[in-house]
Order: sequence, then structure tokens, then C-alpha cells
Amino acid sequence: MNERRAVLTKMFSAKDTQVATNRGEDYYETLWQKCRARLDDLKKLPARSTTSIEDILDIEGFSRRDFMKWASAATAMLMLPASFTPLIAEAAEVMNRVPVIWLELQDCAGNSEALLRSDGPTIDELLLDILSLEFHETIMAAAGHQAEAQLEEAMETFHGKYLCFVEGSIPLGMNGQFGTFGPKAETFVDHLKRVSSGAAAVVAVGSCATFGGVPAASPNPTGAVGVMDVIKGKPIINIPACPANPANMVGVVLHYVLTGQVPELDSLLRPKFAFGYRIHDNCERRAHFDAGEYVEEWGDEGAKNNFCLYKMGCKGPMTFNNCSIVRYNEGVNWPIGVGRGCIGCSEPDFWDKYAYERPMADANIKAPTGGVESTVDEFGLGLLTATAVGIGIHAVASATAGKKSDNGDA
Amino acid sequence: MGKHIIIDPITRIEGHLRIEAVIDDNNTIVDAYSASTMFRGIEAILKGRDPRDAGLLAMRICGVCTGTHYQRSIEAVEHAFNVTIPKNARLVRNLVQGALYIHDHVVHFYHLHGLDWVDVTSALKADPKKAAQEALKWSKNPWGASEGELRAVQERVTKFVKQGRLGPFAKGYWGNKHYKLTPEQNLVATAHYLQALDLQRDAAKMMAIYGGKMPHPQSFVVGGVTCVQDIQNPARGALFKNLLLNWQNFIKNAYIADVLMAGTMYADEALDGTGAGLKNFMTYGDFRLDDTGFYKSALLFPSGTVMNGDLKSYQPFDQSKVTEDVTHSWYEGDKPLHPFDGETIPNYTGLEKKADGYAYLKTKEKYSWIKAPLYGDERVEVGPLARMVVGVAAGDERITKYVTGFLKKGNLPTSVLFSTVGRTAARAIETELMADVMVEWIDELQANVAAGDLSTWTEFDFDKVAADAKGYGLAEAPRGALGHWVNIKDGKIENYQAVVPSTWNASPRDAKNRMGAYEASLIGTKVADPDQPLEILRTVHSFDPCIACAVHLVDTKGKELGVYKIDPTSCSI
Repeated sequence: MNERRAVLTKMFSAKDTQVATNRGEDYYETLWQKCRARLDDLKKLPARSTTSIEDILDIEGFSRRDFMKWASAATAMLMLPASFTPLIAEAAEVMNRVPVIWLELQDCAGNSEALLRSDGPTIDELLLDILSLEFHETIMAAAGHQAEAQLEEAMETFHGKYLCFVEGSIPLGMNGQFGTFGPKAETFVDHLKRVSSGAAAVVAVGSCATFGGVPAASPNPTGAVGVMDVIKGKPIINIPACPANPANMVGVVLHYVLTGQVPELDSLLRPKFAFGYRIHDNCERRAHFDAGEYVEEWGDEGAKNNFCLYKMGCKGPMTFNNCSIVRYNEGVNWPIGVGRGCIGCSEPDFWDKYAYERPMADANIKAPTGGVESTVDEFGLGLLTATAVGIGIHAVASATAGKKSDNGDA
Repeated sequence: MGKHIIIDPITRIEGHLRIEAVIDDNNTIVDAYSASTMFRGIEAILKGRDPRDAGLLAMRICGVCTGTHYQRSIEAVEHAFNVTIPKNARLVRNLVQGALYIHDHVVHFYHLHGLDWVDVTSALKADPKKAAQEALKWSKNPWGASEGELRAVQERVTKFVKQGRLGPFAKGYWGNKHYKLTPEQNLVATAHYLQALDLQRDAAKMMAIYGGKMPHPQSFVVGGVTCVQDIQNPARGALFKNLLLNWQNFIKNAYIADVLMAGTMYADEALDGTGAGLKNFMTYGDFRLDDTGFYKSALLFPSGTVMNGDLKSYQPFDQSKVTEDVTHSWYEGDKPLHPFDGETIPNYTGLEKKADGYAYLKTKEKYSWIKAPLYGDERVEVGPLARMVVGVAAGDERITKYVTGFLKKGNLPTSVLFSTVGRTAARAIETELMADVMVEWIDELQANVAAGDLSTWTEFDFDKVAADAKGYGLAEAPRGALGHWVNIKDGKIENYQAVVPSTWNASPRDAKNRMGAYEASLIGTKVADPDQPLEILRTVHSFDPCIACAVHLVDTKGKELGVYKIDPTSCSI
């Protein structure tokens, strides 16, 4: 029992799950100077647009004060001290210096749609307005040859300076011919390599572009992979989730403008400011988990009382993302809030490992190797076994504590 | 000698689409080919999974019509398990789907279709005062179209255009002589484009209230919905209604107004039937209005068919008549098959590289990842126009009222429906209808919960019902008739198929060389400048293409997906 308790304690207080939110004065002082220098350099560049933030704020009826409130919130989201707020505001103003080319490959357009919902009020929309979006198939006016020409021209004009956003996975099967672009039927893999070669950095948005997503789910009929399996020798930032939270997309761009570098990334190239902690760490139903109160069946008394969704398949404990803080659609709701657990969509292979309405112990999932489904152990996922054991203890405790009766008495 | 043009990529759609067209010396399109250029194989991915999990994965077929494949998949499994969901769940699903429709259609008109009708650069020459008066012609209370607001929009766009980098507006077809709106009309529409871009975030929140998030909601499960908290709390319903009423206002006083305006200015194209195409329409029907059972309930949109544009030819829909032909599609097969019997293997035969360096579709052979669905022995069109036409033909009072009301306002005859303009108008008519009926539904949901009904899920014995079951979910996605067919054995999916709206519309020829809806609609269209595909875009966009959806999802029953027949002599890439 003590051993199990030790596992539990270790798992839930493991250093990896914590993001260092205070890195010391020297670190921030150095970073501040770097950002200041970067902004000064950017301001020397010719403007891509003469539409200024002041103009937009004025037209849209926002006060400078509203704008600074947003800058504060964005600073906090990026886990920077308040002294950075004025720099963030300045970065927003020079954001129109950064050209963006957006590619869609084996995608469903969910990330582009998510971007249209950009979080934080209208101000983020304003930023999109003055970000120089040079190429995006879903919204651009030109088609066919004119669209192709626009892409080529943007790549040449902004060589080495543009951010290449990628949405959708890349099929490698059948010599890459499961996806082609343009009148010469360029394969997606060739298209991506060519367009990213002139980029300053490549930002993969959504689970498909980051880790292969839906097309890569077992048995991966088209040999789909994520950007980092195709592109080498370029800075890559992965912003997974299905689709990615637009707040995180905008946060990454802001960080790039501010520092000229990719933000601090984890081993899966995900920015730590968003993916440094788990859903479970900040979940509003966490107290119910700790008290052993679970929903056991859809719509039961537990569901009517906001109980923990672990037994209904919530993968919050295994999933790194900031959904429990930032939520979706400007905070209106999020998966746990709507009564359906987390499906782990910012993790690699989540369709095979996590996206089902049962806890991992009752997985009944499709084994990636094909054939017989089985428990977690057979996949050799050691860490997750420990996780399952830790949570198993909790679930046992709840069973002995007893469910709430229909009278509402504990 | 005709000019053969390739338009790849077709932009302002969902997915990857190529159109090839042959234009004669009179600048008239005499031949057209529609092809999807991307394949994922989602059917093979669904095979072997627990049917309760399929919906979440199937949803990722599309992020624009998000939530619709999700619901269809769950409906197919509920049909297989013979489960009827509770009233609250039915209303929640109607509200979530309805929220999708009214969001999707408005965003489509402005941000995907709009630039085919509206010349943004012409708006810069407009007189804002005259433009404000223009707006009053089309609405008694125009949205965001006062002189001051229009001037501000004009200034903003002028600044943007002046600095040289036009972003998404770069290399557009500005100044093409087939744009027909006046500068003032262009200014009004441009203002609405920008306002819709901002407002759609609020419209999306409706789906998030009961769906969890948008795109890709998460609250539907086999048996019902999970949003107990959100239906319990009256404040959530109040928020939903508030967002709905605001968006409804925009729909009536911007969207409908702009469509009436465009319809009037482009009436000549409507009257001569530009873009009419097949004139055969089919709907599966959707939006259950009572709790008598999925295929027994009364429907908001009736199911059925209308052929040859003849409203008197209405017939009820028969599910057994749906088959798919792969003669011109990159799959193996020699005869049309019903979804339950489907067995297909990809057979990619590539494109043909010519001396000019371009790769052309092999139009006499296989040329698309999309299959050619058939209803009986007919090629048909699906979508809002099909829903409105079938609705009127079936004698549905509500639909008839909205359609005739719109035509009367615009002083247009019924025949204009059979055109690109008509297809665009049908989408708008349907949006207004949907927003209005959703006000009734949110009130109904609130009342039902207030009266004490909190049930959201119907229990079922999974091990029993999932031993051996077959079912289908046939209903209407925003772009048209959507069907998912599922075959379940021993608790696992054995076979899964989806035939989606854009499969019907964007498909290539069939075995009898009859064109699909897009292809047929382009024949006879006059283009002002063969180097600028404006008119082609205008018609193709009127279908609201969703091509990730369209690529067929048929199971490879029992066969390894390792057999790709590539003819080395034809593979030129």
C-alpha cells in the first residue's frame, strides 16, 4: 500500500508536470533586453501594412485601455512577468511585419476554422487583419494559376522571413500521391518541403500536422506522418489538439515576433507555456476526483452534480494542454464542462490510445498492431501502466466510499 | 479549337478540388471535369473500433461541417442498436446542428462565396451616403450600413489596399467585367463581409454551449447527449437565445438583404439558368420534430426526390436505391454497389503529364478520388436547393412560405431557383428558416427542463445489442444528404461507409458517362476572360464544396489495404 501511495504521490507531483513559472530575475532581465532589441530591429523594417493598431482600435470602438487589458492577459498566458506587458503590446503593433503562408494538406480545415474563432475578444481578429496572410487556400480570392503565382511571389519576396503554418498530415504512401497540389500535381510532401525551405520557422497546427492525427490512426492507409517527420533542419513548433486552440496559435506568433525565436518547447516540440501541464492539473472537477466522486453512467446523479468523468473515459490525467484554463470559444465551454471527458487530443496517437468513452483499464481499444484488443500492459506503455495503477487506487477508494444516493445525501 | 484549362487549387472551399474545363472560341464552357486530389482512407481506420467511439473519429472527416458526421455516425449506431434518444437529447442535437447550419451558411456566403459576386476594389469608389441609401432598398433596418459605418469600412479597406500587400485579396479577379454590383452595393457587401467575420465567433458559441466547443464538439454519445449541466442551468439557454437572436438579426438584415441585392443584379444569369446543371434533386430529410422514433418522426426538411426541375415529379425517398459507381474513380470495381455491400480497393492511375509541363486528368479513364453515387439510375444534386425544391414539391407549408416569400420580395419567378443564383438564394432562405425555428426549439428545451425532465440518455445493453447489428444514419448536413452505414459484429465495427453530400455533387462521370452535379452545372457558362476562372468559381462555390468529406469512405471488407495497382506507364509524377 505504501509503495502504491508513493507511486501516486510521485506521479501527481512529478517535476515534469510542473512548469517553472519563476525563473529568477537575471533570466527575465536578459530576456527583456533581448525582446527590446528585437522590437527595435523589427521597427526598422518597412511596414507590410500602414494600418495601425490605433486605427483599428478606433474603427472597432476599443479603447487603448481595453487593448492593454488584452496585452496583460496575453503576457500572463505566455508565463511572463507583468513587466513584459508593454513589450507584448508593442509586439502586437509590429505583428504586421511577419508574413504568413498557410498550407493545408491532408486536413479537415478544423484548424483554419478554429483560427476564425480566435479567442480573447475582437482584438485577436484585429491582429489577423494586420498579420500579412500571403497565402491561405480557404479564404484567398485567387484560385488556380493566380493562387499558385501568389504563393511563389510571396515565397520569393519574403524568403527567409515568413512563417509557414501547416495544417493536415502528409501522406508518404504510394510515392506521396495520395495528395497533390496545383496544375503540375505536386505531391504534398514535395510541396511542403519546397514551401518550408524558405521559411523562418514551420508551425504545425492541429494533431494531423503535428503527429499524423486521424489519417495516421491505425492502420494508417496512406502512410500519413506529421511535419516533424518530413522537415529537418528548420525550427519547428508543434501546436497539437484537434483542432488546436486558437489562443495557442496566436500566442506562438506573438512570442516569435517578440523574441525572434521559437518559444520554449517540450520533447514533442510543443510550447511549454501551453503544454507544460496536464488538463488534470487545472480541472474544475478535480475536487470530485480527489473525493472519489465519479460519473458512472451518462446522465446519472453524478453527471447532474458535476462529478469527475474519469470513469467515462476522461484522459485528463495523461493529456498536456491548457484547455482547463483557456477553454474554447472565448471561454464559453470546454469538453469537461459539457459533461464529456477529455479525449487526449493533443497527444500523439490519441485516436488509438485515448479517444474512447471508457477508462484505460477497460480500454477495449484497437491495438495498433491489429488484431486482438488488449489492456495497456501489452503495449508496453510503462508510464501509463503506473498512471492506470495510481488512478485505479482512487477508483477503488470511491467504490468503498459509496456513490451519492438519489436523495443527495453523502 | 477549345482551350483546356486547369484550375488547381480551387480555393475558398473546404478540401482539395481540381476543375478542368474546355472553353470554345465563344468563351463558353463546353466540357468540365471535377476531381478531388486528396485521400485519407477513414473507412479502414474506423474498422475494428468500438462503435460508441466511431462518432468522434468520423467527425474529423470535416472541420467546417463540424459535428455533422459526428451526429450521423451516432445515429447510424443508434439505428443499429434500436435506441431512441430522450426529448432533451433530440432538441439539443437539433439546436447544435441548427447552429452549425446558420453559422456555416453565412460564413460560406461572405467568406467563401462572396468574392465571386463582390468586387472589393470597386467598393473604394463608392459614395458612402448613397451606399447607406442603397442598403435601405434591401432591408428596413440594415445591419451596420449607416453612412458613418460604411465610410469607416471604406477608409479601412482603402488603407489596406494602398499599402500594396493585399494578403488574401491578392491577385483576385478585380475589375472583371462579369462583376455586376455597383460600387455602393459592393461597399455594403464588403462591410457585411468584415462584420460577419467578427460576428461568426459569437454564432459559433451557440454550438459550444451544448456541444462543448466549436469546431469539433464533444457532447454527443450513443444514446443521447452529455450536457446535463448546460441544459439544467437556465442561464445557458438564455445565452444561447441571446446569441441566436443577434445572429438572426444579422441574417435578416445583412445576409438576406445582400442575397436579394445580388440576386436582382445578377438576375439575368438566374433567368437564363446559368449553373442549373442536373435539375434532379434528392434529400434524405432531417431535423426530427417529435419523439416517435428516428425514421418515424415528422421532419423539418421532408425527404424525397424531384426530377428534371418538375415540382410535380415528387417521389418519397427510398434508401435501397442508393449505389455508387467507380468507373471514373480511382478505385477497383465493375458495377455500382449499395453501401452495405461495398467492397473497394484504391486503384490510383495518376494524371498525364504533357509537353507544357502540366499534369492533366485522364478524363476518359479514372480521374478522381470521389465516387459517382446514383439514385436508382439517376445522377442527382443535393444541398439547400434540393431541400427547398423537394420541400415545396412535397407540399411542406413552412418551406413553401419561406421560398415564395423570398421570391416575392425579389420579384422573381420560381424558375430562377434552377441556377447558380437560385442555389445561392436557397441557402439564404434555408438559413432564415432555420434561425426562426431554432427560437421555438430553445424555448421548447427550456420549458421541458423547467417542467422537471432532466433525462439526456437512453440506457442500452451494449454487449447484447452490439453482437450483430446493422444500421444507417441518413439525414441532412448543411451541404446536403449525408448517410453513414455501419455493420457491427461482436462489439466492433466490421464495415463502415459514408456517402456524403459533396460525393453526390462533386463526383466524376459514371459508367454511362453522365456528368456529376458540378460538371453539369458548368456547361454553357460564358466566361469573360478564360484566364480568370471567376464564373467557374461562382458556380462551383454555389454548391459549397466540402471535398475532404467527399472522398469516399468505403470499407475494405476483410482485405488488406496493401494492394495499390499503379500502372507504371501512366504514373507520371
